[in-house]
Amino acid sequence: MEVNDIIKPENLVYQKSRLMAEKQFNFCPGCGHGVVVRTIAEVIEEMGIEHDVIGISPVGCSVFLYDFYKFDVVEAAHGRACAVATGIKRVQPDKFVFTYQGDGDLAAIGTGETMHACNRGENIVIVFINNGIYGMTGGQMAPTTLEGMKTTTCPRGRDVKTMGYPLNITPLLAQLDGVCYVTRHSVHTPANVRKLKKALRQAFENQRDKKGTSIVEVVSNCNSGWGLTPKQANDWMVENMFKKYPLGDMKVDGKLVMDMNAPR
Amino acid sequence: MEEREMRLMKGNEAIAEAAIRAGADAFYGYPITPQTEVMEYLMETDATARTGMAVLQAESEVSAINMVYGGASTGHRVMTSSSSPGISLMSEGISFIAGAELPCLLINVSRGGPGLGTIQPSQADYFQTVKGGGHGDYKLLTLAPSSVQELADFISLGFDLAFKYRNPTMILADGALGQMMEKIYLPAPRPRMTEYPDWATNGTPEGKERRFITSLNLLPQEHELVNIRLQKKYREMEKNEVRYEMIQCDDAEYVIVAFGIIARIAQKSIELARAKGHKIGLFRPITLYPFPYDQIRALADENRVKGLMSVELSAGQMIEDIRLAVEGRKPVGFFGRLGGMVPTPEEIENALYEYFNIK
Amino acid sequence: MAKIRGAVTVDNERCKGCELCVYTCDKQVLGMSTAVNSKGYHYAYMANPEACIGCTNCGIICPDGVISVYRVKVEE
Repeated sequence: MEVNDIIKPENLVYQKSRLMAEKQFNFCPGCGHGVVVRTIAEVIEEMGIEHDVIGISPVGCSVFLYDFYKFDVVEAAHGRACAVATGIKRVQPDKFVFTYQGDGDLAAIGTGETMHACNRGENIVIVFINNGIYGMTGGQMAPTTLEGMKTTTCPRGRDVKTMGYPLNITPLLAQLDGVCYVTRHSVHTPANVRKLKKALRQAFENQRDKKGTSIVEVVSNCNSGWGLTPKQANDWMVENMFKKYPLGDMKVDGKLVMDMNAPR
Repeated sequence: MEEREMRLMKGNEAIAEAAIRAGADAFYGYPITPQTEVMEYLMETDATARTGMAVLQAESEVSAINMVYGGASTGHRVMTSSSSPGISLMSEGISFIAGAELPCLLINVSRGGPGLGTIQPSQADYFQTVKGGGHGDYKLLTLAPSSVQELADFISLGFDLAFKYRNPTMILADGALGQMMEKIYLPAPRPRMTEYPDWATNGTPEGKERRFITSLNLLPQEHELVNIRLQKKYREMEKNEVRYEMIQCDDAEYVIVAFGIIARIAQKSIELARAKGHKIGLFRPITLYPFPYDQIRALADENRVKGLMSVELSAGQMIEDIRLAVEGRKPVGFFGRLGGMVPTPEEIENALYEYFNIK
Repeated sequence: MAKIRGAVTVDNERCKGCELCVYTCDKQVLGMSTAVNSKGYHYAYMANPEACIGCTNCGIICPDGVISVYRVKVEE
């Protein structure tokens, strides 16, 4: 059988979601952002909620999120996404609202807004991309940057004595009563992408069922900021990022399932 | 005149190098394009190892300005730099610093706005800096450099003026100045402070009364006195600190008024116009507050001067102060570009001819 | 006995040459072109089309969603 015989519409088994707009992603080649953005679209398409969903784009590499989707997206000021989400959700409680935030947006400038939206148990989905660096502004230190990791604002490596410790924020948020689901994933292998998709689906279903805040963290690469190729960056991520930010569920259905005594 | 070290430097890096040499005690900032290199340079060059100064990346501009407020209350030389949206975030903190009468150095490497805007240069933060910004009756002593040399020189000047008046000094730069590279003579280093002002809350020595810093006063009678004291300070600034430059204004019939990067471009426009026989001059305010009202009024009073034109990277903000100075004596025209666009010398030249019907 | 045959298409212009699909494919189907697209990126292509089983792993891993996957059961 020839390749041309296989490539026929009736044989199509996978393509990107129809909710993806024409605009090409501005992400660097190999960046995990792209996979997450596409997976969210797949979940929304499969749930049939594309007319009832509002995304909130942050400041960071994903600032142009609104260009990539064919559903409503609102731009928020840096760090303020969870507050914007609250404002939207409170007047439109039946819509599906999600934020998409990086480590600076959620865990630095947005810590207050994030914490308090979670504390209020806003029925929203928070998608948190953790790559331990500020990609968009050229590779500066993030709250989640690992000890000893080099960035442009810690060129000799993160010194915890003067710069603070890597902030493992999701376990902290998991302990808030308003939060029902906290889980951490990655997108460096197809198996992990499939797990992320299941988690995102669960998160949106929690919102439908008004169970409170769902947080889906994705530990991702930043090959540009880390100065590695995409493949090397993924390998480095597995070697180093996963040690501090291990994958798995932290809270499911309002119950903590992580080991509270494990070092964080 | 002592030998000064000469270096080819980018504006943002010159700010950082000058800050170290000015004996700054702390820099608290947050990344934002187009000034992120200021903090990156301080970190890369290890400013802390050089002078012991603290360099800290805060978690936001809101946090950064409040760190500045804290450092300033101890009477140390503290500073931050940011760009337009970040300055908006800092507005509350800046008002507090002015209200509490604390010294500090602020730098705005302006970008196109409003909102998230662009990352290209702009001068549309003039109102924010000089007229408003934070809440309440306060002013920022504002220096507007138009070269990387001035950017560097204004750092220690800015600190000194801040301490002289117990008020924040703002250096209003823009993305072009921050990103461009020029040959500069670096300021000679001066040591960090070892003695601090009496009003500073840095631990009360034995036998002395304790100090406290606040901008709060619930008794309006008292708070009016605080405001009157602030106003007296601003009148002093207006009397003593006006700075400006006049280029070929001695015989000028038309005067371009411009600051910052536009003043550099307008210098070329004047060259082009003079080559065609037109008598054009440039008035460059260096302090935007206190504004050189008297000097501009004096030019407008000259019989030979037929008109002035404000050229700005905005929809026209400084022009309001020029009109106040001129008080109707002569026509005041305007040319501006918006949203991060920067004009060429020819564009400015032609705008002048068009507005005043010069053939 | 039936055999699964697969094939993929790559949007050459949108591929950024990150090569993650090449590493991800268990069957070593994919390679990078020597040609470049209008942005200067080498793009992925089926270097070894016979080996493709249409598992969709490459499509899933692609950050830019440029891969479409086809699969068909072939009677031997």
